Amino acid sequence: MTTYLLREVSPLGEEPTDVLLSGGVIAAIGEDLEADDAIVVDGRGLVLLPGLVDLHTHLREPGREDAETIASGTRAAAMGGFTAVHAMANTTPTQDTAGVVEQVWRLGKQAGWADVYPVGAVTVGLEGDRLAELGAMAESAARVRVFSDDGKCVHDPVVMRRALEYVKAFDGVIAQHAQEPRLTEGAQMHEGVVSAELGLAGWPAVAEEAIIARDVLLAEHVGSRLHVCHLSTAGSVEIVRWAKSRGIDVTAEVTPHHLILTDELARGYDPRFKVNPPLRTQRDVEAVRAGLADGTIDIVATDHAPHPREDKDCEWAAAAFGMTGLETALSVVQETMVDTGRMTWADVARVLSTAPARIGRVEEHGRPIAVGEPANLTLVDPDVRRVITPEEQATKSVNSPFRGRELSGCVVATFLRGRATVLGGQSCDEDVVVTR
Amino acid sequence: MKHLLSAADLTHEEAVRILDTAAQMAATQEREIKKLPTLRGRTVVNLFFEDSTRTRISFETAAKRLSADVINFSAKGSSVSKGESLKDTALTLQAMGADAVVIRHQASGAPHTLATAGWTSGAVVNAGDGTHQHPTQALLDAFTLRRHLVGDRGRADATGRDLAGLHVAIVGDVLHSRVARSNVDLLHTLGARVTLVAPPTLVPVGVEAWPADVSYRLDDVIGDGRPDAIMMLRVQRERMSSAGGGFFPSPLEYSRGYGLDAARIAALPEHAIVLHPGPMNRGLEISADAADSDRAVIVEQVANGVAVRMAVLYLLMAGETTTRSDR
Repeated sequence: MTTYLLREVSPLGEEPTDVLLSGGVIAAIGEDLEADDAIVVDGRGLVLLPGLVDLHTHLREPGREDAETIASGTRAAAMGGFTAVHAMANTTPTQDTAGVVEQVWRLGKQAGWADVYPVGAVTVGLEGDRLAELGAMAESAARVRVFSDDGKCVHDPVVMRRALEYVKAFDGVIAQHAQEPRLTEGAQMHEGVVSAELGLAGWPAVAEEAIIARDVLLAEHVGSRLHVCHLSTAGSVEIVRWAKSRGIDVTAEVTPHHLILTDELARGYDPRFKVNPPLRTQRDVEAVRAGLADGTIDIVATDHAPHPREDKDCEWAAAAFGMTGLETALSVVQETMVDTGRMTWADVARVLSTAPARIGRVEEHGRPIAVGEPANLTLVDPDVRRVITPEEQATKSVNSPFRGRELSGCVVATFLRGRATVLGGQSCDEDVVVTR
Repeated sequence: MKHLLSAADLTHEEAVRILDTAAQMAATQEREIKKLPTLRGRTVVNLFFEDSTRTRISFETAAKRLSADVINFSAKGSSVSKGESLKDTALTLQAMGADAVVIRHQASGAPHTLATAGWTSGAVVNAGDGTHQHPTQALLDAFTLRRHLVGDRGRADATGRDLAGLHVAIVGDVLHSRVARSNVDLLHTLGARVTLVAPPTLVPVGVEAWPADVSYRLDDVIGDGRPDAIMMLRVQRERMSSAGGGFFPSPLEYSRGYGLDAARIAALPEHAIVLHPGPMNRGLEISADAADSDRAVIVEQVANGVAVRMAVLYLLMAGETTTRSDR
């Protein structure tokens, strides 16, 4: 296995030092390290982070390989600095059995770009009626710990209660897509001034907030772990803040796009900006930024949702919901939180690596940058600015909301167990090996 | 002017110019031979993804009176019903050499997408998109208002005039109404004051940003507001059941609160006129008495629609002006 000597990198943005990666682990940290056979990486001005962990990725395989495959999606993840991703359950067939989650897990291993942790469906076929075999998925080779019907809300309060209770047996967590279905029938975008003007059916903030409020009370009642997916409104932040102050075991995520984009973008009817939950107002953007900075929101998760061109190259109402995000997440967090002085690089490591690994009960990722730890690492150049172009993206789909936009920072290298999946900003195809 | 997508795109100058041109077109329609040679050799496609016989016929009549060739394309029974996308339909029409596409679509924003996605080089006219806009309806309403209420209340030439000082009440299902959105934009541009009247369930969240007042009480607006015109909106019965939304308890309660009947007509100022985009639900939003009263200019609106659409097609395909969306 190749040995890498990262010369004068700044772990978590702190003082520069050398870091030696050998045998799949961090072998040494210190001044003026030497290693005869090592590939030396000039790390001056670069920030070293623990490999990023995404708790919310749509890899589309099995079923929609035209939009993304596990190989293309995890390559995009590596390009974005991720070493582990949680693959959402709304595939075809649904990830609601041990067999399907093991298939996804194995395809991730074969691809080798990032570790894939399948998310199990909460209910059979995401139908919201009957609990899926949560225990079988937990005990499968994939060791599922995160369960979600994402894309759909577990709306029935009894089903939600049972799910929260049941996963306690294996320390699982229910990741809820908070969307009151009756309040959002036919909804196309955030309900407010812009929707009123555009004549697009509105998606009220309260449809999200009402479910989060219900679920935190349910989680408190049964003493279980709840995770709130892609929280998007100021009211939702307030509810989670209140729940945490009450001691309820709730965590929450925000997407990169909800940290930076608003519903004003719908004015051009460009379906790239159609997403679930919808882009909200500037007030909501400010609230989620503040919530992320003060720890109310625990993590940033991409909700990477690739779609083929034909699903977006149409009128707004006919277009699919969703945006890609793996390759731009870190830049958006840097631009909105670091460049603005709201967060340090240590905070970035927390919200994009340590905390998502903890919520997903992933032991090998989100570790400290310390000798003996697995060499799952990301090297970032915070000083560049780059224009996002579809040609340079590894994802099979083109529905990035940032296409043509300039963003801060870029990933220079990603290491998965000491092996470079990305080096010099390019993916390392020839180094890909089956690891297990 | 390249496209007409939204009443909000029109400047004051452009709106008045369209109304003036429509007046000239209307004058030609009183001649024995109504047809003009203006658009000879040009092709207009009526691309209707949603049924609307009266709007389609109005556009078709307007185009034919200008000597354009007209192709009517209905989504029903066409390639669209076999799954063809808007993009491929547009590319087909482009290949056939359409100079203008008049599009009616159930999706808000579809005409905007057609005009901006590079699928067609022809002019795009929005003939109604979802619950968004219906700009030629607003123009024909403004034309009708100007004819009756401007220029010594319709007795003198109103050329060059706007609707400054007029108060227009728009009553009914504002939430789902592209007619209301278009009229609020255009009437405001032309200087009129607008009051929207509806039960709170039929007023969109976000309406506070519109240049209009909102009232939940029709009798207050008629009695104290002294509107110069009252524009009744069609209530779509299929939307009003509990299953479809349950926006009000019963048709009878709606009629009592928001229907225009003889008593409310009598309470209007003497000069006030009644408009309705049609088709009417007699007995729901408007009684037979009100619909047939001498205040109602509903049939005239239809005739004015042809003149306004002639003006729009003429200015788009033969005239020289710009809209905000071109800049």
